[in-house]
Amino acid sequence: MTSSTQPSISAQHLVRRFGNFAAVNDVSFRVEKGEIFGFLGPNGSGKTTVIKMLTGLLPLSGGHAEVEGFDVSKDAEAVRENIGYMSQNFSLYTDLTVSENLTFYGRIYGLSNDHLRKRMDEIIQLNGLGPYIHRLASQLSGGWKQRLALGCAMLHEPKLVFLDEPTAGIDPVARRQLWDLLFDLSGHGITFFVTTHYMDEAERCSHVAYIYFGKLIADGTPDSLRELPDVQPAGTLRIEITTPQVTRALRLAREIPGVRNATIYGQSIHALVDDHYDLNGLREELLKRNIVVAEIRPLAPSLEDVFVELTSKHQAQQEASRE
Amino acid sequence: MNNVFRGFSAVFYKESLHIRRDFSTLFFSLIIPILQMFLLGYAIDTNIRQINTVVYNADGHRESRELLDRLTNSDTFHLIRYVNNDRDLNDAIISGKCRVGVKIPVDYSDRLLHQTGAQVLVLIDGSDSSVAGQAINVTTAIGLDESLRRVLANSDAAFPVEMRPKILFNPDSRSPNFFLPGLVAVLLLNVTTFLTAFSIVREKERGTLEQLFVTPVRPMGLLLGKLLPYLVIGFFELSMLLVAMRFLFDVPIHGNVLLLAFLSLPYLFVSLSLGILISSKATSQAHAMQLAFLTILPSIFFSGYIFPRETMPKFFYYLSYLVPAAYYINITRGIILRGAGWVHLWSDALILFLMGAALLIIAARRFHNKIIMA
Ligand SMILES: Nc1ncnc2c1ncn2[C@@H]1O[C@H](COP(=O)(O)OP(=O)(O)O)[C@@H](O)[C@H]1O
Ligand SMILES: [Mg+2]
Repeated sequence: MTSSTQPSISAQHLVRRFGNFAAVNDVSFRVEKGEIFGFLGPNGSGKTTVIKMLTGLLPLSGGHAEVEGFDVSKDAEAVRENIGYMSQNFSLYTDLTVSENLTFYGRIYGLSNDHLRKRMDEIIQLNGLGPYIHRLASQLSGGWKQRLALGCAMLHEPKLVFLDEPTAGIDPVARRQLWDLLFDLSGHGITFFVTTHYMDEAERCSHVAYIYFGKLIADGTPDSLRELPDVQPAGTLRIEITTPQVTRALRLAREIPGVRNATIYGQSIHALVDDHYDLNGLREELLKRNIVVAEIRPLAPSLEDVFVELTSKHQAQQEASRE
Repeated sequence: MNNVFRGFSAVFYKESLHIRRDFSTLFFSLIIPILQMFLLGYAIDTNIRQINTVVYNADGHRESRELLDRLTNSDTFHLIRYVNNDRDLNDAIISGKCRVGVKIPVDYSDRLLHQTGAQVLVLIDGSDSSVAGQAINVTTAIGLDESLRRVLANSDAAFPVEMRPKILFNPDSRSPNFFLPGLVAVLLLNVTTFLTAFSIVREKERGTLEQLFVTPVRPMGLLLGKLLPYLVIGFFELSMLLVAMRFLFDVPIHGNVLLLAFLSLPYLFVSLSLGILISSKATSQAHAMQLAFLTILPSIFFSGYIFPRETMPKFFYYLSYLVPAAYYINITRGIILRGAGWVHLWSDALILFLMGAALLIIAARRFHNKIIMA
């Protein structure tokens, strides 16, 4: 059986081809027990495909994967005993009530009646489904549907739960509540594998990976990724310039020598500048061009910055290798 | 862990809930076959009243006119034409103007008076088998009745009046009673093949099937859990159809009703399994509908329901061995019409059961691979 040092997921050189097209191309990563693993990437990059490979829904075209100590290719049934899965569009039986949905999944996993009742009480308590137990799933709002789906996926006390875009199309309050719930559960030692488009959600994960059209191009803790040399090249500094005239400021800032690139974020500009650059000098340069700057301060790169940098570097490499 | 039926009771529980929740749809799918039975049943029934009939009365005495009166009064025959020779009699039928021709021989009344048996020739257009069947039944009955009356009046002669039906064009003719037992087999497909196919395809469309495949449910557990609730419903539908057939259409059941019910189970099993197999292929409910119709057509045309299997071209005849409805129609007609028993029909039932098991196993294998294809 699994020892405590074993990872929850170990994926080595995963490949999945559909015909000639490699939807997942040599992807390797490890997810430790108790982590909240955020798996990011643009639409069509292969996130769902990776999940299906790890849950035994799709056979591997190449590579090797172990989930909770079981080989997904050889022992899919043991894998399924130990995982929960909430698919992209939380598939519930909408003509069944909340409690009927839970009962069904409990029985599928073979929980005894007593155990099932106990687990249902726990889940209902934890997910706050109490007031809705006799309501049809079709009558629940998106956030509640998602909680019910999560409840169904966790009834059998899985050690690892896959959530495929759990917050797509959910209101922000429900989105935050779900993450609070995930942290809560993760505190009990459950591992979560979550795909998402939201950068703020990625920032909350203890471990993130970024897949770009089949290739894994980033893998680590959010902080370690921020310190990657590709993200923060030696001799550069990332700064935030706050100004009321962002649009004009952006155009002008790009003309100033020593500013490597600049992007607008709300009322401010994020720019990468040479680190010997004098920030007061920059303020004066802008003032000369009639831009009043409220504040200039050094800034750690956001995960979005990280992914932007890594993606453009990856694209540049691909261009180069094509020539 | 290694239970191949894993998940069966959970799926059974869930399916029963779906059925209860969606009762109105179910109700209509149960009621439609009954309505169809009425439409088709009465359509057949109206055909067999007032059959256009041509008469060649070569005798012309009182006895012969009495016989013709009885034919008229039976309501089955409508005497529209009287001819004076055999050729005209034949022509009236060949031309399609009449479907039945009655020829009373020149010595009819003489023979009756001398207490030797008299024969009446009844020519029947067999191209419409329901008409033909009715014509045979009614003329034979009238002949028997007429004979009985004469026998009771004068105890010497045995069966003095003999009706001799001769079927033209289609020698293998059947009575309308033949249609309803066959119709039951075809109508049952509505609540078996269709309902199971839909119930699984719906899960595909919703994405819940994929969700199920990530649980330890085994294909057999899933499929049997889906199949059994519909077996119960199919059985219920069968009972309704049989009650309608027996009491609304007055088709007597000559054999054992319980045996019929029992031997219907393998047929329900086959058609449910077929629905499941269809659902493993179909990607949408519309697609499932098309595939289900594709299987229903052979059940109508190659099962012996409309065309007798024996008269089909060889190719279709052998093909009909693959059509479950062919075996079941033999069972229903056997029990309902011929009063057949277990000894006559067990092999049909066994074949149906084996077909069902084979289909279910193929479907389970397909789902096993689908788990991986989803
Ligand atoms: N069953 C399939 N057959 C063919 N191509 C597929 C199949 N499933 C996914 N793909 C392709 O693989 C790529 C990755 O898809 P997916 O894993 O769903 O991406 P994501 O979840 O990141 O949006 C896409 O280009 C998609 O079209
Ligand atoms: Mg996806």
